[in-house]
Amino acid sequence: MPGLGTSFGRGGATVWVPDLAHADCILIEGSNFAEAHPVAFRFVMQAKERGATIIHVDPRFTRTSAMADVYAPIRSGTDIVFLGGIINHVLANESYFKEYVAAYTNAAHLVREDFVDTEDLHGLFSGWDEEKNGYDVATWDFERDEHGAVVNDPTLQHPRCVLNVMRGHFARYTPEMVEDVCGTPRASFLKIAELLAKNSGRERTTAFAYAVGWTQHTAGVQFIRTAAILQLLLGNIGRPGGGIMALRGHANIQGATDIATLYDLLPGYLAMPSALRNEQTLEQYLKSTTKPSGWWANTPKYVVSLLKAFYGDAATKDNDFCYDYLPQLTGDHSTLPTTMAMKDGNVKGYFVIGQNPGASSQNGELTRSAMERLDWLVNIDFYDNETVSFWKREGADPSKIATEVFFLPAATVVEKEGTMVQTSRLLQWHDKAIDPARDSHSDLWYFYDLGKRLKALYAGSNDPKDRPILDMTWEYDHDDPHERAKGEPSALRVLREINGFYTATGEQVKAFTDLADDGSTAAGGWIFTGVCPDEHTNHARSRSGDDSTSLNWGWAWPANRRTLYNRASADPDGKPWSERKKYVWWDEEKREWTGYDVPDFPKTKAPATPAIPGGKGLDAHSGADPFIMNVDGKGQLFVSGALKDGPLPAHYEPLQSVVRNPLYEQQSNPMLRQWDRPDNAYNKAVDAAYPYVLTTYRVTEMSGIMTRYVPWLAELQPAAFCEINPELAVEKGIKNGGWVTISTALGEMEARALVSGRLRPLRIAKGQRVHQIGIPYNYGSQVAFARGDSVGDLIALSMDPNVSIHESKSLTCNIRAGRRAPRHSGVVDADVPSSERTTMGQSSALGPEDLRDPAALTHHARANDGKDASHGMRQMGQGDRPSPEKGA
Amino acid sequence: MSTGFFTDTTLCIGCKACEVACKQWNELPSDGYEFTGNSYDNTSQLSGTTWRHVAFVEQMHVEETTIDDRWLMMSDVCKHCTHAGCMEACPTGAIIRNEFDSVFVQPDICNGCGYCVVSCPFGVIDLVNVFNAEASGAYGLATLNDQRLDDKQTAVQATGGVAGKCTLCYDRQTLGMTPACAKACPTESIQFGNLEELRERANARVESLAKRGIEASLYGAGDVGGGIGALNAFFLLTDRPEAYNLPVEPVLPSTRQPAGYTAAALTAAGLAIAGWMIFRNA
Repeated sequence: MPGLGTSFGRGGATVWVPDLAHADCILIEGSNFAEAHPVAFRFVMQAKERGATIIHVDPRFTRTSAMADVYAPIRSGTDIVFLGGIINHVLANESYFKEYVAAYTNAAHLVREDFVDTEDLHGLFSGWDEEKNGYDVATWDFERDEHGAVVNDPTLQHPRCVLNVMRGHFARYTPEMVEDVCGTPRASFLKIAELLAKNSGRERTTAFAYAVGWTQHTAGVQFIRTAAILQLLLGNIGRPGGGIMALRGHANIQGATDIATLYDLLPGYLAMPSALRNEQTLEQYLKSTTKPSGWWANTPKYVVSLLKAFYGDAATKDNDFCYDYLPQLTGDHSTLPTTMAMKDGNVKGYFVIGQNPGASSQNGELTRSAMERLDWLVNIDFYDNETVSFWKREGADPSKIATEVFFLPAATVVEKEGTMVQTSRLLQWHDKAIDPARDSHSDLWYFYDLGKRLKALYAGSNDPKDRPILDMTWEYDHDDPHERAKGEPSALRVLREINGFYTATGEQVKAFTDLADDGSTAAGGWIFTGVCPDEHTNHARSRSGDDSTSLNWGWAWPANRRTLYNRASADPDGKPWSERKKYVWWDEEKREWTGYDVPDFPKTKAPATPAIPGGKGLDAHSGADPFIMNVDGKGQLFVSGALKDGPLPAHYEPLQSVVRNPLYEQQSNPMLRQWDRPDNAYNKAVDAAYPYVLTTYRVTEMSGIMTRYVPWLAELQPAAFCEINPELAVEKGIKNGGWVTISTALGEMEARALVSGRLRPLRIAKGQRVHQIGIPYNYGSQVAFARGDSVGDLIALSMDPNVSIHESKSLTCNIRAGRRAPRHSGVVDADVPSSERTTMGQSSALGPEDLRDPAALTHHARANDGKDASHGMRQMGQGDRPSPEKGA
Repeated sequence: MSTGFFTDTTLCIGCKACEVACKQWNELPSDGYEFTGNSYDNTSQLSGTTWRHVAFVEQMHVEETTIDDRWLMMSDVCKHCTHAGCMEACPTGAIIRNEFDSVFVQPDICNGCGYCVVSCPFGVIDLVNVFNAEASGAYGLATLNDQRLDDKQTAVQATGGVAGKCTLCYDRQTLGMTPACAKACPTESIQFGNLEELRERANARVESLAKRGIEASLYGAGDVGGGIGALNAFFLLTDRPEAYNLPVEPVLPSTRQPAGYTAAALTAAGLAIAGWMIFRNA
């Protein structure tokens, strides 16, 4: 989550869920909190009962809106304008939290003289290279003195200080503009802006909550950046009842990210080595990834400890701790490019666990037909699903599909032990209640067994290339004879290894501050060090809650801190901002930080401690710099260089939009990535054939394949449906409960109509009427009790430039009454010209390029524009801007 | 001790966890997979096998500048009336009032006559079809666990053919546990407890809402009229009862008996007189 990571230092929610009950105001936007997280929503209800104001901003009036004190409709995909409007409002009215902003953010930093804002470049920042179709980010930096230190203006008067650059950048984000772009009535917008300003400052705090309604956009990271800027301006980060709650949709999404299911990360948010950077040796890698100041100066300790956990005694100082065993990135290997490569025959095998891409992925037909090109597919699940049964889908010819499919039975959550990390970064252990049925096994069992089999296959080999498998530490046998007999590994042993131990004695490491870069410690995920501080303790099992921060319930990374950056809950002198919002403060007598939470700050570093210019690690920070992960210890209002599409958020229309961008000439994110090919066809921007906004979501009653088979859930939402407003239904002759067919350039789907005033038509600029249509994401058409076409079948793949996330929340479509035509088999090879297919050696459609180097990325994109490249990925640039003629 | 439910609709988020928890604990089958198009309500009503039902009431006013839309949600349930129509109508004595003051159907005594169904002023109780485990397939009904038959004693466990409705989780209560629906409710919209305490809490809640400018009223905390008396499962509403499909003036069928018998007697007398008049001349 680089939106939060680049602003505050860590890519996780800054608060813990129960703390929402202490908020004076909660803004829920980009999330259907009550429906998607009903249990966590109890804390919002508690806040409401204590007198807090609940605000919901959403394209649809949902069950969350029904609970909110204030609801405001918004055109999907325009949140940067809405939040930017509030930023402009608090800056223009001087209602931001001045002392907080001055002390804890980079508001006073001077931006380089040659930085030019979007206001002066029609929606582009300085550094845009038309030739390369990308940004040179050099100008997005701060002015520096001869020693390389950033120049500040503490008076905040200089026209180039960050605060004033922001004033200019957001000046046109007025209430009128919000109404014209978002369709939000001006009165509603102003009411919300005033509520946020009123509920921030010394005495009061406002919390933000978002989910995939903000992330799944081609400018998704910048949506979250806008929220981060606003919360910094209002002084709400690191304080009780404040912060930004990033809601995770599944029980262990946070944990999966923490322990590195993402292709470009190693456990604990360490960077995956890349062949495209100079990272051939450990020394080079550490040089490339270690920051001189801030907490990431400790990177070498975590990397070496990780390698010791991976390779045990084989990892020594002399052999770079087996650093060269690690695979290196050769491009973007994230889900969408890999799916595209699979479609083009460049992926041989596919493990699918706990997911059903055949029904829930975007461009569903491309995903399903891509699986036809595999040699083998392994699916571990409880139930038959649209992925494992892709070969018998409507229109497919099984006799022509050669993929070998292995379907393995999974154990359910009550049939296995282990941990999950939820949205508050809270690690919670669960015991096994019963043995798995018949041949089912835990996921851990499958991978432990696979590892053991691989080791056996390579046993005795002297080939150096086999060393990574032979040297891999792989001892997780269970202590319980009953489990051991079944081959079930011990999840606790895995957790202990993640926590870390001293390599000489095997004794558990107590804190990540004890980890070393000399091989004396091993730790499989440094952020979790401390969860098992000794042989007998597993804090993830703790179940002792209280009325305060419940520090003895579960264990939160890092170091059991519940609210991150909580040093900011005290003023620069270390005193609470107010008695009412007291949380963590400096105890002058004991000379240490204390409070209701574990301080997110060096325990004995006094508030008056001066920063040492050029100091290493935290020495470079003063005692009043709360954002310890960041190089300068400040919250980043202006992000220099770390994001590919700009240091400040600017509104771009979604790739597929019903209007021209009212703010800038630049229509969509210039850095967004797309595959313009016949099996991934896009609706043109402002296309009369697709005049309605389409948005997607899930409903409480359904998750996916797991719930569709449960009769008690299936009867509650038994079929795919499509929500439309009565005005459009009348216009289109659509009857409530009847069938409708929704179409995009990619294809058609059918669903039952749910006609409701909850989808309010919006009026935007020039009186244009905008209808929004909503379709839930839960269904698949092949199996289970609750069925229906998947909305993913309407969504062509496109990606945000920073995290490669798809855009599936704001699209365009058409709709008609009646059912769709029967489907034929997937898009055939001949449909995709060979020049647009990916080729072997380019495991991703993006092709070889450095993920952190936009210049390299755009080089390839440009090459493709010249039609001589062998891969099909393109970026949306100025040259690609659809002209009004084409659009109409 | 009298126990009951206080269902506070201002706290209901419409998640339907109560419906699911009830069906899971009581091993009730699904009622079918039918899309209704009626807001988010696809189970439509209480039935012999749906003992909690969440109603969704959309009150949308699509004006462009002011937004005062409401989406009301209410988890409905058997009211466990002070004077229960079903109990009065039952000819076999299958429906009793148990030690928790709840109205309880004993499935082994019920003969499936259905008199209770038409006698409920709220349309709650219903007949459960004879359950055929083989025909319904592996997923049609939760497993009928033989060991639990004695504990539960619900219509479904008796393999159907009899009347079914909420037991107020009699089996859970005897073990000191909270009924499944109240336990599962994430926002404390469904509160279970001692009736006296619940009524006090409900009155206080109405007052505190009034201070926040929210007009609310209780339904069934006191006498609902029609001879029914107070309800052991009562509700806090923010609109008129009929908005939630609750009867404004529910009537206990037996209260109509005096008038009915009088009318019958008068009719009989009239016919007798008429007959006497006719046959007198013959």
